[in-house]
Amino acid sequence: MAKKFTPKVLTANDLLSGDVIYWNDNGDWVDAFEDALYLDTEKLAFHVLRLAQKQGLDKVGLYLADAELGDDDKPRPAHFREDFRATGPSNYHHGKQAELA
Amino acid sequence: MYSYTEFDKEFINERNKQFRAQVERRIDGSLTEDEFKPLRLMNGLYLQLHAYMLRVAIPYGTLNGGQMRQLALIAEKFDKGYGHFTTRQNIQFNWPKLRDVPDILDALAEVEMHAIQTSGNCVRNVTADHFAGAASDEIEDPRPTAELLRQWSTDHPEFAFLGRKFKIAVTGSETDRAVTKAHDIGLRMVRNGDGDAGYEVIVGGGLGRTPMIGKVLREFLLVEDLLPYVESVLQVYNRLGRRDNKYKARIKITVHENGIETIRELVEKRFVAQRAAFGGNDQKLFAQIKEAFATPAYLTAPLDGFVELQNKDASFRSFVDTNLSEHKNPEYSIMTISIKAHGQTPGDATADQLRVMAGIAEDFAHNELRISHEQNVILPHVHKSNLPEIYARLREAGLATANIGLISDIIACPGMDYCALATARSIPVAQQIATRFDELKLEHDIGALKIKISGCINACGHHHVGHIGILGLDRAGVENYQITLGGDHTETAAIGERAGPGFAYDEIVPAIERLIYTYLDIRSDENEVFLETYRRVGLEPFKAALYPEQQIAAE
Repeated sequence: MAKKFTPKVLTANDLLSGDVIYWNDNGDWVDAFEDALYLDTEKLAFHVLRLAQKQGLDKVGLYLADAELGDDDKPRPAHFREDFRATGPSNYHHGKQAELA
Repeated sequence: MYSYTEFDKEFINERNKQFRAQVERRIDGSLTEDEFKPLRLMNGLYLQLHAYMLRVAIPYGTLNGGQMRQLALIAEKFDKGYGHFTTRQNIQFNWPKLRDVPDILDALAEVEMHAIQTSGNCVRNVTADHFAGAASDEIEDPRPTAELLRQWSTDHPEFAFLGRKFKIAVTGSETDRAVTKAHDIGLRMVRNGDGDAGYEVIVGGGLGRTPMIGKVLREFLLVEDLLPYVESVLQVYNRLGRRDNKYKARIKITVHENGIETIRELVEKRFVAQRAAFGGNDQKLFAQIKEAFATPAYLTAPLDGFVELQNKDASFRSFVDTNLSEHKNPEYSIMTISIKAHGQTPGDATADQLRVMAGIAEDFAHNELRISHEQNVILPHVHKSNLPEIYARLREAGLATANIGLISDIIACPGMDYCALATARSIPVAQQIATRFDELKLEHDIGALKIKISGCINACGHHHVGHIGILGLDRAGVENYQITLGGDHTETAAIGERAGPGFAYDEIVPAIERLIYTYLDIRSDENEVFLETYRRVGLEPFKAALYPEQQIAAE
């Protein structure tokens, strides 16, 4: 049985910096998970993925990551792996937690 | 130490030029990521959870002060001011930018280092006993063997696309500090009845999702037959190894599925042909390599200052008791510098700390350093008269933690804080265990204990061979930690036994604490170490401590 679709955001890494990035509703890549476009249907999610894949070569490893809506109606990671990607490592104040502060 | 020949230098420079051009072509769009990925991996460049990661080889764990200084410079100039020593005698930089990587590789080449074959399905960085050349129980220094294997395997066209990665470890001592029984090939230096030096060849060991202890393929192989024999093993593996399923592609599965006798028969048959083909050039090279690993010119000096400080300073005494090992020269010691200060990330050293260690090596330790698979740094040749000064410098740099071989000297892979493959975090678990037992002031009482933590089934943290192994998994979207007990990475290697269901992130440290109190309660006396107690009493008392609810339910 096909797995039931759950909401997603589109994420990748920037080719030059390696930074984690997210696709927003303007079709741009942004740094914060909460600024990502919330993809709440399968059709939309795969449409956005295909669209992004056709654009340029300067983004790496595109994939759809599980997301849910927070109390503020902004997307947030639905799994702890994406939480770490969106935040940074837990042993140092490095990565996004430092850069986006 | 081995110094690059003109050939080596040219080879590395050429390779770096090639990679620089590949990076440029990737950036200008001439190469797609699918095309570029295998090229960057061949040069040790991964894309991890937050950023790129560059894995640099430290062949057989040996460095000099200048090389260590260059690693410090790279950490500062191109990364976030630190490097991470891994369980395979590599150093990883967690935050390089793609454009900087060719410059980093050039900086490494300046000090005769590289990142070649630190990834991919090839022969990886050849590792060795970190006490090589210094250990009192050594038959022969394993590093010339490791260097010969490094040169032979680098860019070997026949073995550039193996079915899977291939790891070789060498030890020259009876005591196996190089985990040879958990490698694709493990080489143990031994002597035969005639007193000739040779190798016991172990094959098909490995951890990961199917942990296996290696089997003896050849009880005695003459030193001069090494390359033709190892080449024969690789050829047999290359032909028989499975390529249909990456989880069954390592040589341990090939050995398991075909049987050690069949593998032996095939290898011996190949060996006859290979031996004739080598024609002695390898032995000329080996002789040159050996000269490069000459014993340092040992000093003789009075030990009064050392003895005096030992008598009056309890911290120094504790450091001496815990971090020093017996050297083959009685005036010398092997010093292990702990990169495991309580609460810090196992294996992480700042640029300043790298420089301090480089300086100590240059000033007091015959300019030699080693990196252990246990993620510590070793000064293999320290005259005891220099110990007070070295200790003072280490203290100032936060490097004088006296915990080698104790409960806080934990191996931990990067886990989900960095690694794209990880299923749970390792580092914070290690930090919390170390902090907790430091608070309890129990670790010296507990004595020798190896805790090893992996953040996924691939087992970079060697959890299977930890006295206490911890494996972090993702269970229904939550971090969960399985405990194994009774593992052993030495010459008496054993795979640990799984204790039972896993523990949540906030339950794992209390679970370890219960295990330790049980051990302290049931050990026969304070000289019986954890592993001995486990071997004497088995899993049950520890299981009862880990799962008290089940015990109550059964009563």
